[in-house]
Amino acid sequence: MELLFAIAVGVLTAAAIFLVLRARTFSVILGLTLLSYAVNLLIFISGRLTVDAPALMLPGADRYTDPLPQALVLTAIVISFGMTAYLVALALRAKGESGSDHVDARETGE
Amino acid sequence: MKHAAILPIVIPLAAAIVVLAGHRLGLRFARAVFLAGGLLLVPVSAWLIDLAGGGDIAVYALGGWPAPFGIVLVLDRLSALMVALTTAIAVPAMLHATAGTDTAGRHFHALFLLQIAGLNGAFLTGDIFNLFVFFEVLLLASYGLLVHGAGLARVRAGLTYVILNLTGSALFLVALALIYGMLGTLNLADMAVVLPGLPERDHAVVRTAFAFLVAVFALKAALLPLSFWLPHAYAATSASVAALFAIMTKVGVYALLRVSVIGFGSAPFTADLLQPWLLPLALATIALGTAGALAARRLATVVANLVVVSTGTLFAAMAGNDGGADGAALYYLVHTTLVTAAFFLLADRIAAARGTQRDALERSGRPPDSALLAFAFLVLAVAASAMPPLSGFLGKVMILRSVQFHEGGAAIWIALIVSGLVTMALLARAASALFWEVAPAPEAMPVALPAEGSYSVDTHRLGSRRTAVALGLLVAGSPLLTVLAAPVSDYVRAASDQLHARQPYVAAVLGQRRDIAREHRP
Repeated sequence: MELLFAIAVGVLTAAAIFLVLRARTFSVILGLTLLSYAVNLLIFISGRLTVDAPALMLPGADRYTDPLPQALVLTAIVISFGMTAYLVALALRAKGESGSDHVDARETGE
Repeated sequence: MKHAAILPIVIPLAAAIVVLAGHRLGLRFARAVFLAGGLLLVPVSAWLIDLAGGGDIAVYALGGWPAPFGIVLVLDRLSALMVALTTAIAVPAMLHATAGTDTAGRHFHALFLLQIAGLNGAFLTGDIFNLFVFFEVLLLASYGLLVHGAGLARVRAGLTYVILNLTGSALFLVALALIYGMLGTLNLADMAVVLPGLPERDHAVVRTAFAFLVAVFALKAALLPLSFWLPHAYAATSASVAALFAIMTKVGVYALLRVSVIGFGSAPFTADLLQPWLLPLALATIALGTAGALAARRLATVVANLVVVSTGTLFAAMAGNDGGADGAALYYLVHTTLVTAAFFLLADRIAAARGTQRDALERSGRPPDSALLAFAFLVLAVAASAMPPLSGFLGKVMILRSVQFHEGGAAIWIALIVSGLVTMALLARAASALFWEVAPAPEAMPVALPAEGSYSVDTHRLGSRRTAVALGLLVAGSPLLTVLAAPVSDYVRAASDQLHARQPYVAAVLGQRRDIAREHRP
């Protein structure tokens, strides 16, 4: 399962980098969204993958999942969600001001 | 009082909430709360300097959870200094903003206060995930502030700035995930304890994680390959925001310093992480910033490039001390932040006084009250180009002395002296265009400022006493720093010694708990 996770994070990151490097704000926003998915998965497994174990040290339980990455990932999700929403608003504003969705707010005739 | 360390975060946060809650009560109310929040930080900062000045490291455990399990705020000499510097920049910038900038868009006051809360939090925290959160607080506020007042130039600069910083935040999180996965802790002091005992097979991953962190901090501080966003963003935004942003690049410098000295400095396999490339990049940053300032056609762009030069100078001083920083670099940091912030406010006042030409470096009619503006320009130019007798000269001489025995010392000497010389020449040229070469027979000076080109114009009141007082406060910074050079340099030297001692920091945060139960990871 670690291998599957690693491949998923890698593919997401690669796709994200490709999209972020494009010149249209829409692709860039999609890329940043994918990048935040990849990062969230990575944070999630930083406490190691544990299947079918509680996130608390309960009496009688011999193993447990590290609860801290779950708290960290929640923070990261909220922040990246808010930032993406702001970026969408800003991109729309730039489109309104310049009439183009180029990241430099100018038309190059791509 | 044990709650002292959290006051610089709580005060602006509370003021921001009050401003938002009372947004129907009108501009006077918002401005009153805004300024009250800022002014309240002045005695608090002085008090924190006083508390930390004795050499004690005060640790504030949020929620009473002890480190490394809870998040701690750490007040030592360095963090108290940075908080005080933030206050010193923020209060004049706030005063300047209330002369009219704050009416150009919504929620300016709350965003500005939140940015201060984020800055202070980043300086005080002792936990790197918490550092990430405060970075996001200050970045979110800065995204709003950067495009405040709108206009195509700001939106364009804002878009690039937001995209770059979102990518930077993702990198920051990757680094944190790797560090937590390998070390099992995110507390900086605890990292220093765990790092030396790390098994060798994990070294490569931890080095990678730290390299990511360095990249993030270099982006915030605008170190060379990651510095191209800065001149656009800082020159496009409104002056009071740019003045506050002058300290934002120093957050990157501070975070790198703190993490490299306390974090990677504690283990041999990470201690040399900055070694091979920090010096060349810092020198290249100085060169590029100086060239950018030479090529600039507006005063605000010149100043924005001077911010890049100051980042390069600070990193060169760090590289010359093997990744640390002695008192010289910290003294220069205080000086350069005050001077660049004051320069942004001055550029704005000149722009407001000159009418349609704004702060473009070309001839026009002599602006009204040009004598005062020219005097302020003279003081700042002398300070910025490191001419005697002001603090820039003292700071640079201290840096030159501190790096003279380093193997790259000669290169640093050449870079600092040449960049100072070029800065002097280009500021003299700018002054001559702005104040001396009067265009033949100008028409009556236009008092109302029409929008020009793509730069949006803030609604300034020309003779506003507030902007004059704000500018005066910041311009006085450099002479004051010169007069008080002895006590200030004693303080910064003590701050640097305290930082580099490392053990007192770890002991203060973790107490005597050396036997922290660690879980075993596969």
